[in-house]
Amino acid sequence: MATDTAVRPSRAVRHRRALAVFLVPFLSLFVLFYVVPILYAVYQSLLTVERDGTFGPAVQVFGGLTQYVAVFQNEPFWSSIGRVLAFGVVQVPIMLGVALVLALLLDSPLVRGSKFFRLAFFAPYAVPSVIAAIMWGFLYSPNLSPFSAVTSSVDFLSAETVLWSIANVVTWVYVGYNMLIIYSALLSIPQEIYEAARLDGAGQFRIAWSIKIPLVVPALVLTGIFSIIGTLQLLAEPQVFQSFSSAVTSTFTPNLTIYSTASVPNISLAAAMSVVLALATFVLSFTVLKLTQRRASL
Amino acid sequence: MTVPTDTRALRTQGARPSRDGGIRESVVSRTVAMAVMVVATLYFLTPLWWLLVASTKTRSDFTSTNPLWFADFAFFDNIAAVVTYRDGVFLRWLGNSALYAGVGALLATVIAAMAGYAIAKYAFRGRETLFNVILGGVLVPATALALPLFLLFSQAGATNTIWAVLLPSLVSPFGVYLSRIYASASVPDEIIEAARIDGAGEVRTFFTVATRLMAPALVTIFLFQFVAIWNNFFLPLIMLRDENLFPVTLGLYVWNTQVSQIPDIRALVVVGSLLSIIPLIVTFLALQRFWQSGLANGGLK
Repeated sequence: MATDTAVRPSRAVRHRRALAVFLVPFLSLFVLFYVVPILYAVYQSLLTVERDGTFGPAVQVFGGLTQYVAVFQNEPFWSSIGRVLAFGVVQVPIMLGVALVLALLLDSPLVRGSKFFRLAFFAPYAVPSVIAAIMWGFLYSPNLSPFSAVTSSVDFLSAETVLWSIANVVTWVYVGYNMLIIYSALLSIPQEIYEAARLDGAGQFRIAWSIKIPLVVPALVLTGIFSIIGTLQLLAEPQVFQSFSSAVTSTFTPNLTIYSTASVPNISLAAAMSVVLALATFVLSFTVLKLTQRRASL
Repeated sequence: MTVPTDTRALRTQGARPSRDGGIRESVVSRTVAMAVMVVATLYFLTPLWWLLVASTKTRSDFTSTNPLWFADFAFFDNIAAVVTYRDGVFLRWLGNSALYAGVGALLATVIAAMAGYAIAKYAFRGRETLFNVILGGVLVPATALALPLFLLFSQAGATNTIWAVLLPSLVSPFGVYLSRIYASASVPDEIIEAARIDGAGEVRTFFTVATRLMAPALVTIFLFQFVAIWNNFFLPLIMLRDENLFPVTLGLYVWNTQVSQIPDIRALVVVGSLLSIIPLIVTFLALQRFWQSGLANGGLK
């Protein structure tokens, strides 16, 4: 005991030093490349450009919420938000539904060779969005596609369909990833729970519906939130599809709108759009979290 | 929990199938389940199969033969064409991607693991607040940061450099989250205490003892950060103008935009796409034992 108290002060100092060694690298990078950029974007969004007459030099001055007013009056920006929301309302439930069904089947005794299927479904996740979009762009093109019977009667790249063709690309890439997260949650359910149900004569479908699905709700919420974030941030796929379809405009998704606004260059307006988009993303994913939490606790 | 009531209700309904009924049900469900599996496998693998087959074809066979089966085998000629095009710029892009993703993910993993371990194993003031702020960072998507980062780097005159892509990818809030969860669960305090009694310093204990116990989580963090950086598109798109600094995704994107002017480049895009995904698929397959257990143990709590 006596030695213990004697050691304690120096140990506390040593711990403090160790704590600094552990935390300072991450925290300094986090501040530099997460916190400061966000603050800087907010600052930039409060500036506006003023000129003396038409040909005078441009000067950046504090403009208050001028840029935010401009964002709210920017029709292309809001229609791009509307477009990705429509995309999300349809694509996210389909993607998570398919992921859930596949995870449940993999976890049930009905399927043999589940290791192979798991890897087969997950493989598209290893394909970068840009490459996946290029690949599907070829597959949709009437003259290159292996499915020419389909692509000659349906135009996957028209103004009406291209959004859903992109939705298919996103679904293809991410179903396996989401399936794996749900599947991991299923694996962590203790087997004893099933024993009782089986003794009561419950079939696989009944077990899945009454036991498994309620227990993987947290995993579904997690994947749902990440999917919503991903949808609002959609960029690479539509950017690539501009090469395949003229229907994908430079303001097709919010991030494309921000990119084209920044390249005008209208940096302050683009910064204000970034801030609005980040807030919208945050509010939406937070709302989903709260809503599902309330339902889960019922 | 509604589970016990449900199953009991099921029993009292008295609609239990006979043994024969049970077997018939399971044959039907087995068949349906396997059918679903096969259809899903076709959906997920056919595009990759198409890419593989297309990469082996000559330029004329590419449009004139069955897209899902092999024709004249020109795979190695095609690879040679890709890697020699414009003085081997494609290999340079692959190298850049390997550098950004390999070095970036490795450092990000070490940095995140140290922070997560410290939050799990040391009591200090503001620990939970700090953790929550970092957790908020998980919800900030990489694309949302691209423009702000560009503004910041252009203030420093550092856009269009390796650093503009590499430095921001060293931060993995998700990695801190996973390391904290995993360290709390798998690094017992007694082991740390034992190392202290042996006279090992705190930092050395982390690197020699804790990292070994946290290995599945570390591999998971490394892999997902590696994929995130390899797939990142907006940041390099907005930061880089010099083609020699491009990662392979950005390079292939630029080639794909040129297909309408230079039709021959299309074959390069197809073969290049295949070559660019092989490293990722191989990495995932080689490390699957680790990341699957890492996801199962830490990712969901």
